[in-house]
Amino acid sequence: MSTIELRNVSRWYGNVVAINDISMSVGSGVTGLLGPNGAGKSTLLHMIAGFLPPSRGELTVAGQPPWRNAGLFRTVGLVPEHPSVYAFLTGAEFVRATARLHELPDPDAAARRAIGIVQMADTQDRKITTYSKGMRQRIKVAAALVHNPEVLLLDEPFNGMDPRQRLHMMDLLHSLGASGRTILFSSHILEEVERLSGTIQVMVAGRLAASGDFRAIRRLMTSRPHVFLVRTSDDRLLGATLIGRPAVTGVELTPRGLQVRTSDYGTFTRELAGLTRDANIRLRELLPADESLESVFAYLIAP
Amino acid sequence: MSGIINGTVAKITFRATMGRKRAFLFAITPLILLVVTALLKLANPERASWPADILGVFGFSVVLPLTALIVGTSVLGAEIDDGSIVHLLATPVRRSSVIITKFAVAVVLTMIFVAVPELLAGLIATGGVTRLAVGVFAGAIAGSVIYNAVFVLVSVLTTRAIAVGLLYLLVWEGLLGNLVSGASELSVGQYSLGVANSIARDPALNAHLSLGTVVVAGSVVTVAALALAIRRLGAFSLKGDAA
Repeated sequence: MSTIELRNVSRWYGNVVAINDISMSVGSGVTGLLGPNGAGKSTLLHMIAGFLPPSRGELTVAGQPPWRNAGLFRTVGLVPEHPSVYAFLTGAEFVRATARLHELPDPDAAARRAIGIVQMADTQDRKITTYSKGMRQRIKVAAALVHNPEVLLLDEPFNGMDPRQRLHMMDLLHSLGASGRTILFSSHILEEVERLSGTIQVMVAGRLAASGDFRAIRRLMTSRPHVFLVRTSDDRLLGATLIGRPAVTGVELTPRGLQVRTSDYGTFTRELAGLTRDANIRLRELLPADESLESVFAYLIAP
Repeated sequence: MSGIINGTVAKITFRATMGRKRAFLFAITPLILLVVTALLKLANPERASWPADILGVFGFSVVLPLTALIVGTSVLGAEIDDGSIVHLLATPVRRSSVIITKFAVAVVLTMIFVAVPELLAGLIATGGVTRLAVGVFAGAIAGSVIYNAVFVLVSVLTTRAIAVGLLYLLVWEGLLGNLVSGASELSVGQYSLGVANSIARDPALNAHLSLGTVVVAGSVVTVAALALAIRRLGAFSLKGDAA
């Protein structure tokens, strides 16, 4: 069952369209909201959390519209991207205060449990001002989890975390998703989403560019035309050899090396080593020329 | 009222407000009031109305409005400015409860930093529990309530709450209040003085409004300001990363 439903949702500020006609369903498990900065991911999360009304369309979370519905936070937890917290409190005080704001029957026990989940028990009595960005992020997650919400929304949760903290947060979100909760997190980093979630929603310029199983979208990405830059002992000879291969759709001699365009990523990368060896060419460097996230997105949204 | 005051929100608000650097400002004007009153008492001026001048004019047109402005815009405005309000609003606490609690904290702080010093200054100036001392105490309490309702509203409406509040105090209460007679009927300063004068009965306080008028007008302003603030906070929105 999907807990977050958007039907033709748009949001604009004056003449600027931030969210353009998005329909999506998000169910239990971990879903990544992927897109470059400025794609509208935060705007979308703010709408889902009830901090922004849609200009048009229908949006429900657990069957209720979130706008002007503070009661929905009994089922929803939000980890905002904004680093600001009540920094004069200790981590434990912050999470306990949040538990009290939720009017939980045993706020102290709930806070202990949430702090345990994010593994902050050792540092819970330090003031939040002394926390690193990653620790602040984790204590915010503890506060958002304190009432054991069915839906957890996280805006760029990995920002400012070191690799170890990042892995730990990924494990945490993964286990929360596996326990049947609906976890929706935004990220502009492909690898974060790839490691964490089977289901992704790709947003570009306010639109939903792709949606569904990560592996299917990844295949779509890898079977698209790729451009490589190859530097060898004889670029011209390799070019002549490559152009005869079905997987190669174009070669160009450039001062930096041989630019090769391929329609089949897998076949080309498998064949290249054998072809250079047979032609007695020394392969010096092989670089993907268009691996930036933007080019992947540009491909995804191309008509 | 007790059900709508949230203890956790009150505690956080109190700690946040008193922990900020601007908190020391709360104490400056009341301290000046007390020091000047004590010095005048020692100097023993000939002008018989000096206690009403210092307590009424300086107290009600400088100490009370400025302190209420700083406190009233701090309790909520500072959290809206730095974004930490999101942690409070991402809970099921009713928006009415947030506004009323923050307002209550602001009123209590303003009473501590203005009404109590006004009473002390009144006791010093008049040499005992006089009508003037009790009057300015009551007036300052009334002013703490009405001013803070207005300034809490201003801090929900704009991120430049202090500037807007100062403009209201200087232009409306300071300038128009003295030049245009009708302006005093919409002046929180006059409402406070009206309450003070109903007890003190001292023409030197320059109160233009009757007790009946100030009670009705003050209540209407307070309730309307809080109702509007609750409505606005209910529609609190976060700016996204507009493409």
